[in-house]
Amino acid sequence: MTATGSRPRNKKKPASVHLRSEEELAAERRKRRVGLYLIIPGMAVLALFFAAPVLVLLSMSLYARPPGAEIGEFVPALEFGNYVTVIGAYWDVFLRSFFFALIATVAALLIGYPMAYLVAVRLRGRQLMQGILLVLLIAPFFSSFILRTQAWKQILSDEGPVVTVLRAIAILPADGHLTATAFAVVCGLTYNFLPFMMLPIYANLDRLDTNLLEASGDLYASPLTTFFKVTLPLSMPGVFAGTLLTFIPAAGDYVNAALLGNNRDTAMIGQIIDSRFFKVVDYPGASALSFILMILILALVMIYIKRFGTKELF
Amino acid sequence: MRQKFGRWFIPVAGGLAFIYLLVPITYIFVFSFNDAGRTNLEWRGFTLENWKNPCGAPNVCESLVNSLQIGLVATIFATVLGTCVALGLVRYKFKFRNTADLLIILPLATPEVVLGASLLAQFLNLGWELGFSTIVISHVIFCMSFVVVTVRARVSSLDPRLEEAASDLYASPFLTFWKVTFPLLLPGIVAAALLSFAMSFDDFIITNFNSGNFSTFPKFIYVSATRGIPAQANVIGSAMFILALVVVVTSQVIAYRRRKALAAR
Repeated sequence: MTATGSRPRNKKKPASVHLRSEEELAAERRKRRVGLYLIIPGMAVLALFFAAPVLVLLSMSLYARPPGAEIGEFVPALEFGNYVTVIGAYWDVFLRSFFFALIATVAALLIGYPMAYLVAVRLRGRQLMQGILLVLLIAPFFSSFILRTQAWKQILSDEGPVVTVLRAIAILPADGHLTATAFAVVCGLTYNFLPFMMLPIYANLDRLDTNLLEASGDLYASPLTTFFKVTLPLSMPGVFAGTLLTFIPAAGDYVNAALLGNNRDTAMIGQIIDSRFFKVVDYPGASALSFILMILILALVMIYIKRFGTKELF
Repeated sequence: MRQKFGRWFIPVAGGLAFIYLLVPITYIFVFSFNDAGRTNLEWRGFTLENWKNPCGAPNVCESLVNSLQIGLVATIFATVLGTCVALGLVRYKFKFRNTADLLIILPLATPEVVLGASLLAQFLNLGWELGFSTIVISHVIFCMSFVVVTVRARVSSLDPRLEEAASDLYASPFLTFWKVTFPLLLPGIVAAALLSFAMSFDDFIITNFNSGNFSTFPKFIYVSATRGIPAQANVIGSAMFILALVVVVTSQVIAYRRRKALAAR
């Protein structure tokens, strides 16, 4: 992310300037203009429907409610108290959201890495097999993730097979549940964002030079040592991208919490923002919550990039 | 001993992970044959009725068609705009490049609720009516960044000598792009487009914020989840899964055959 930001601009060498003919300079200028034309439409769309909306959100988060106003009626103001109010009311939900997202990210990494390794390294050269497994990974996108989350809800329900078995072998107490628990929410998050973890790691391991692994083995490193000293460090860019692509959507998700959780102790911040917008019609409060979420995630991502970042990302 | 552990650990762990991934799909598929009646919560017996009449439940097919249309339009816009931006960013130097970079990356680092909420705030401000076009706009935003990132990786890995060779052979810049650069970029562009379509088709959170009364397939399922999802939704979910599987496996097999044929030559 920051790699391009810190790169120094290519400076023209003074010596070469004299050698350029008018024609070449014109070509250069034309090339620069083409570049600008190419990015202007996309950038305009992003400016109008991403940058501007974020600013609108920021200004809306400071709106005030005049005394005696109807529901949903607000006036532009600089009401910083909105932030104090929502932080006071929902700081624990923020903490929980990030905590759930963190566990789901770690779980997805532990599950996704062996998958990626299996497809990229173990099955290298067997393109048909690789292709089929990758399809199995991506095809669920087309069957709607809400339908799949709902399927989990029914599989884990009290009448479902999993609870029945777990109760029978006494892992779960006779009145124990799996749905409407934090466990179910985290499982759902892990499940839904697993492909986002696995694919970048796969893309990275796919380029791994297996000669290095052999070399490490020839030097009497155990497979475990080889993994931790060679494979894992080389695949860090993939792990890095995967953890970001899992953590960011997981922290803001609310479908899993809504379908698999309960409304008391598993609520995530996305649910709160949604209900502030649509049920409570508290636009300033919802905007303030959204803005805080955005800033917190950006801050966490920045720290993460500073700490673990690699130049290869993006 | 350790060697052995490593040998079976990866296939077993990886295999289990794939099974975990496929459990809900299997469930959806099995319950698409359920003689469910109004709610598809428990098994009531095998039937083919749902498959014979996938549009039997109200609004299932309408919302599916809406989702397919939105996915198609959003993918076309996102792919064209994103590919242009990727080419522009890699190939040309200009002022504000870093700002442009940041503007591309930020939507990827923004959670969907925030994207959805901010766009809703913008649409409310502009006084636009929520519906098809607002959904398409919101999808274009998050798909475009993915397209730029995917295609850009491809553009930077292109060998510039190929284009130089083309212009040495007196191809015009336009012809060089059309005959050399574009074909080389095409696999990346297609992959990005497919990803865009999948993400748009499956999106719920951003859609929910910006759709008003307009229904999409994920929204339909979410809304009916409280009352019970009709078995027809399972039919459509399974059918889309199988369709995706067939399309990609077929293309894989064709590519595999072609590679084999090339190798045999």
